[in-house]
Amino acid sequence: MAAPGFERVPISEQAPEVRAKNFEEVCLGYTEEEAVVEAARCLNCKNPRCVSGCPVNINIPGFITALKDKDFKRSYEILTESSSLPAVCGRVCPQETQCEAQCIRGIKGDAVSIGKLERYVADRAREEGTKMKVECAPNGHKVAVIGSGPAGLTCAGDLAKLGYEVTIFEALHEAGGVLTYGIPEFRLPKEKVVAPEVENVKSLGVKIETNVVIGKSVTIDELMENEGFEAVFIGSGAGLPMFMKIPGENAKGVFSANEYLTRNNLMKAFRENSDTPIFKGAKVAVVGGGNVAMDAARTALRLGADTTIVYRRSAAELPARAEEVEHAKEEGIKFELLTNPVEILTDDQNNVTGMKCVRMELGEPDASGRRRPVVIEGSEFELETNAVIMALGTSPNPLIASTTKGLETNKWKCIVADEKFGKTSKEGVFAGGDAVTGAATVILAMGAGKAAAKGIDEYIRNK
Amino acid sequence: MPFKQEVPSVMYLIKKKKVLCPSIFLMEVEAPRVAQYCEPGQFLIVRIDENGERIPLTICDYDREAGTITIVVQTIGASTKRMMDLEEGQGFHDVVGPLGQPSELVTDDIEEVKNKKILFVAGGLGTAPVYPQVKWLHEHGIDADVIVGAKTKDLVILEEEMGKVAGNLYITTDDGSYGRSGMVTKVIEDLVENEGKKYDLCVAIGPMIMMKFCVLTTKKYDIPTIVSMNPIMVDGTGMCGACRLTVGDEIKFACIDGPEFDGYKVNFDEAMGRMRLYQTQEGEALLALQEGKTHHGGCGNCGGDK
Ligand SMILES: Cc1cc2nc3c(=O)[nH]c(=O)nc-3n(C[C@H](O)[C@H](O)[C@H](O)COP(=O)(O)OP(=O)(O)OC[C@H]3O[C@@H](n4cnc5c(N)ncnc54)[C@H](O)[C@@H]3O)c2cc1C
Ligand SMILES: Cc1cc2nc3c(=O)[nH]c(=O)nc-3n(C[C@H](O)[C@H](O)[C@H](O)COP(=O)(O)OP(=O)(O)OC[C@H]3O[C@@H](n4cnc5c(N)ncnc54)[C@H](O)[C@@H]3O)c2cc1C
Ligand code: SF4
Ligand code: FES
Repeated sequence: MAAPGFERVPISEQAPEVRAKNFEEVCLGYTEEEAVVEAARCLNCKNPRCVSGCPVNINIPGFITALKDKDFKRSYEILTESSSLPAVCGRVCPQETQCEAQCIRGIKGDAVSIGKLERYVADRAREEGTKMKVECAPNGHKVAVIGSGPAGLTCAGDLAKLGYEVTIFEALHEAGGVLTYGIPEFRLPKEKVVAPEVENVKSLGVKIETNVVIGKSVTIDELMENEGFEAVFIGSGAGLPMFMKIPGENAKGVFSANEYLTRNNLMKAFRENSDTPIFKGAKVAVVGGGNVAMDAARTALRLGADTTIVYRRSAAELPARAEEVEHAKEEGIKFELLTNPVEILTDDQNNVTGMKCVRMELGEPDASGRRRPVVIEGSEFELETNAVIMALGTSPNPLIASTTKGLETNKWKCIVADEKFGKTSKEGVFAGGDAVTGAATVILAMGAGKAAAKGIDEYIRNK
Repeated sequence: MPFKQEVPSVMYLIKKKKVLCPSIFLMEVEAPRVAQYCEPGQFLIVRIDENGERIPLTICDYDREAGTITIVVQTIGASTKRMMDLEEGQGFHDVVGPLGQPSELVTDDIEEVKNKKILFVAGGLGTAPVYPQVKWLHEHGIDADVIVGAKTKDLVILEEEMGKVAGNLYITTDDGSYGRSGMVTKVIEDLVENEGKKYDLCVAIGPMIMMKFCVLTTKKYDIPTIVSMNPIMVDGTGMCGACRLTVGDEIKFACIDGPEFDGYKVNFDEAMGRMRLYQTQEGEALLALQEGKTHHGGCGNCGGDK
C-alpha cells in the first residue's frame, strides 16, 4: 500500500466511450482498501477548515478518522448527526467549492476526497443494513410536509424522530423531488440510492401521499382547518422552467430541460418498456451552463445524439460542478462558449433545423459579480441542430403562494422565510429549500429542512 | 412483455365501466382527493401502471359524497387502448387532480352569466367535457343551447344525459346518419343566419381542428368563443412547459393557465403541429401493442426488430 501522499487516491469510473452509451452510474466508488488509504490522508486538524466550508457543518475529521480506523458504523453515525442524505450528498454536492475547497491538504496537493469518502461510508451502511439510531415515542401532534425533495424528506424525518405524526404530500407519482425527476440515473441511481433514502424516512413512520397537488387537490388552509395539521412545512422546490423568449421557441423540438429530464428520469423513457416517448434528434443543442444543462446534454448523448452545449459566458463561469463539466467533455460533448442563441430556425413544418447564434465577449462585472457577456457586433452564425433544450434556470411555482392566505413571497416568487427556523409570514407555516432560496443545492435544501424541523418542534411545544 | 396488465398496489378503483360506442368508454373511478374540490373545466392525470405514461383527461362528472369522478375516454393510441382493457374492480396506479383552472362560467359572477345566451359546441368526444358545464349551469337555473357533432350516429355519446340539462339540443352527424347533416360549423351558421338565434358566448370543445373552424365561424358573428386546449402534457403542474401554447402574443401553459382560453387568440396551427411531435414513436407503440410479441419476428419490413 502506498504511503499517504499529496495526491488523492484515484477513483474508478466507467470508461467515457462505454458510459456514453448507457445510463449506469459513471463513478464506481472506492473499495474498502482505497477508502481507508484516502482517509489516512486526513490530518484530523484541530481547527478543521473543511467543516466551516460545509453548509451543515458535518464533523468531517470525525467521520474520516472513524473510517480510517475501519469503524464504519461509528463513521456513519457521525455523518448522520448532521446529514440525512449522505449517500446522495456524497454524489452530488459541489465539494470542490465547499469542504474540499477549504481543506488544508489542498494548499500543497490535492484536498482530501471528502465527498467520495462520504459516499463510501453511506453506501456501505446501506449495504450492511446499518440504521440510524432512532427513538420516537409518538407525541400526538400532526405536521404536514409539502414536497418530497431533500428539504421535505429531511424535515419529515427529523420531525418523526421527535415523535410527530408526519404526512408528506407530493404532487408527482413518485417521491424524491429533483433527486427523482431531475438528476439522471448515471449520476444518482434511483433504485440503489434514492429509493432507500425515501424508505428510510418511511421507516420512521412518515406517511407519503403521492398524487396530491397542494393548492389544487387541497390547500394549506384546508389542511390546517379540516385535516388537523398543526403546522406545515413547504419544501416545494423551484420547478418552473424559464424560456428565452426568442423567435421559434415553440417549434417542434424545443424543450425545457425539466421536460426532457422528467421524461427520461421520472418516466424512464430511456427504457424500452416505458410508455412515455422522448424526442431523439440526431443533433441536440443544450442552452445553459449549470448542472441542469450538463445533465440534459449527457442524457441526450446517451440517447444517441451529437450534443453541443451553448453557453454565453466562458469556461471559468460555468456554474456546473467541475466534475460534471469534466465528465461531459470526456464523453464527447462539444462546448460553444461565449455564444448565445437569438433565434430558433425551423422548416415549413415548424421542426427545428438550427439555431441562429451570436458570439459574446465578457465586459464589466454585473450584480452577481460575474463579468457580463456582451454581443460582438456582426458575429451572427447558424448552428445546425434538430432539437434545442433550454436549461436556463427555474423559479418557484406560484401555485402554493397564490392559494395560501397570508403567505408572503418576494419579487422572484420565492417564499419569504427566516434562515434560522424557516418561519414564514403565516402562523404555523414554515418553508425551506429551493422554494425559499430559488434553485440552489441539495445540501442547502437539506439544511433548511433540518432547521425548520427544529422551528416546528419549538412552535408546537410553545403553542 | 411490457403490456401485461397488473393490479397495482395503490389503487384508484374503477367502480363502473360503460362502453358508449366501440371507441369510447366511460369510467367512474374512486379518487376522493380529486372529487372533493374539483369544478367543471378541470382535468386530472392518470397512470395505468408502473410503466404507464401520464394521461390527461377531463373530469366529466364527480360525486363528492362517494369520492368518485367520471372520465370518458376515446381510444386513439397505445395508452388509451390499454386503458380500455381495464375492468370494474381493477384500478389505476395513479390519479392526480384536479388540475387546471375551472371554467370561467363557474367562477364568474352568476348574475352576469345568467344574462348571457350561451351556446356550447361539442365535437365528438368533446361532448363529455361539455356535459359537466351544461349540467352546472342547469343546476344554477341557466339553460344553454348545445350543438353535438359526431362523424356518424354510432359516435354520438351522452345524448340522453345532455338532453336533460341542455336548453335546445342540436345533434348533427357529418354523414347525416342522425340528426342534422353536416359539421357543427354549419349548424352554427344555420342557427344564427336562418333560425334567428342570438348568442353572447360560445364554448367550443372538441378536436383542435374543429375548434379552429368554430372560432372562424363565430368570429363572423362576433360571438366571443372559449375553447378547451388539449396539448401534449407531462406533469400537469407547470413544471415542464410541454403544454405551452401561443395565445395572443403570450406563451401560456395549458395545464396551469388553461385548459380553457379565448379562442380568438389561440394559435391553432402551431398547437396542432406540436401535437404531432411524437407521432412516429407512438405509431410504433401502438403497433407493438396490437401485434404483441409476435411483432418482433424479424420480417424486416417495419424496422420494429432493429
Ligand atoms: C437537473 C438538476 C441537477 C441538479 N444537480 C445538482 C447537483 O449536482 N448538486 C446539488 O447540490 N444540487 C443539484 N441540483 C439542485 C438540487 O437538486 C435542488 O437544489 C434540491 O433538490 C432542492 O430541494 P427541495 O427539497 O427544495 O426541492 P425539490 O427537490 O425540487 O423537491 C420539491 C418537491 O415538491 C413537489 N411539489 C412542488 N409543488 C408541489 C405542490 N403544490 N404540492 C405537492 N408537492 C409539490 C415537487 O413535485 C418536488 O417533488 C440540481 C437540480 C436539477 C434540476
Ligand atoms: C387537458 C386535457 C384533457 C383531455 N381530456 C380528454 C378526455 O376527456 N378524454 C379523452 O379521451 N382524451 C382526453 N385528452 C386527450 C388524451 O390525453 C389523449 O388522447 C391521450 O393522451 C392519448 O394517449 P394514447 O397513448 O392513447 O395516444 P397517443 O399514442 O399518445 O396518440 C395517438 C395520436 O393521437 C394524437 N394525440 C395525442 N395527444 C392527443 C390529444 N391530447 N388530443 C388529441 N389527439 C392527441 C397524436 O397526434 C398521436 O399521434 C385530454 C388531453 C388534455 C391535455
Ligand atoms: S481540513 Fe482536510 S485534512 Fe483537515 S480535517 Fe478537514 S479533511 Fe482532514
Ligand atoms: S404539462 Fe408540464 S407544464 Fe404543463
